[in-house]
Amino acid sequence: MYTQALNTAETDDRGLEDAAKAAQFQARIDAEERIEPNDWMPAAYRKTLTRQISQHAHSEIVGMLPEGNWITRAPTLRRKAALLAKVQDECGHGLYLYAAAETLGTSREELVDAMLAGKAKYSSIFNYPTLTWADIGTIGWLVDGAAIMNQIPLCRCSYGPYARAMIRVCKEESFHQRQGYEIMLTLCRGSDEQKAMAQDSLNRWWWPVLMMFGPPDATSQHSDTSTKWKIKRFSNDELRQKFVDATVPQAQYLGLTIPDPGMTQDADGHCRYSEIDWTEFKQVLAGNGPCNRDRMAARRKAHEDGAWVREAAAAHAAKRAHRQTAQAAE
Amino acid sequence: MATPNTPLWEVFIRSRNGLAHKHVGSLHASDATMALQAARDIYTRRGEGLSIWVVPSSAITASDPAEKGMMFEPAESKIYRHPTFYEVPEEVGHM
Repeated sequence: MYTQALNTAETDDRGLEDAAKAAQFQARIDAEERIEPNDWMPAAYRKTLTRQISQHAHSEIVGMLPEGNWITRAPTLRRKAALLAKVQDECGHGLYLYAAAETLGTSREELVDAMLAGKAKYSSIFNYPTLTWADIGTIGWLVDGAAIMNQIPLCRCSYGPYARAMIRVCKEESFHQRQGYEIMLTLCRGSDEQKAMAQDSLNRWWWPVLMMFGPPDATSQHSDTSTKWKIKRFSNDELRQKFVDATVPQAQYLGLTIPDPGMTQDADGHCRYSEIDWTEFKQVLAGNGPCNRDRMAARRKAHEDGAWVREAAAAHAAKRAHRQTAQAAE
Repeated sequence: MATPNTPLWEVFIRSRNGLAHKHVGSLHASDATMALQAARDIYTRRGEGLSIWVVPSSAITASDPAEKGMMFEPAESKIYRHPTFYEVPEEVGHM
């Protein structure tokens, strides 16, 4: 049950965490038990998950922007209906995730406000622009493909509400990746210009997509405790490698070239990619990507433009509740 | 500016005739009508349901996980409540 109300009453045990409780908690994690909202948990576990799940939710919501950019310009009605359904799904995913984050005791309003204030992060990938229709194909194929790689192990995450939200998300995400690949396939079987558009799109997105898995294991700051708590089951580099190995043959089928001339294939079949430019990643995270300001401005505008709807709904609900009490009193 | 909180609702969906409503998640809405509409949009985009219930989260009383033992252990020792506890000779057939 997703009730935040029950969590707020919980005593704040920061600093005084009983070692016995912490050991018991770890034993439950080690036994693959799921932790539920009203169970005791270390304050740091709560904090880590609130950060991770809310960032994940923000990413789904901001992720609607680059794709929404092409809804009115989709080449056919079929593509338009599919893209619209995909963007609606992203919104739904954001909502499942906010609901899961809220069970840890922070309200959705607070989480959203933190994002709008620029205090919470979202995935760096959504700070890149969608310049051509092929980018919609690439996003579905690669961005959603990378997201699936990340999300499948999260279905077994130790925190019950997060794991359950991920199961729903993964079920829906598969359509996203397939529709993206189909767009790429159509372009690659089309005219020379269309194929060139697909290649150009892959060239621009390949490296940012590899960065989606996060910093290399040697420098990742959250990995150790997340692994101990079974929030994370594979390291950033392990997932990135799995993704590359799965994607290279898909690109070959399309007849597209991965923009990494230094890529080699091991005897054991793994595709070894070249060094990633982490300065670019850090720049995008620091707010200096191509679209950071646009994305934040669009989210803030949408939130402000929607304020009257929230106010009207609240006023209507208050009026009806008032009328009901008055009628009951008669 | 902090946004005022909108009430939380728990959503239950019955997937097919004859099955029970099952908890699927929660959502925020200012009243019951909007909660039902939002539940339709969020939780049944692929024909998942034939019926939806929405319940204010604040109306739910939950058992305390710390008292799990006291609540549920008494049933664990009562194996005679299960059919396999009783011996029926094979010749009697399925029972």
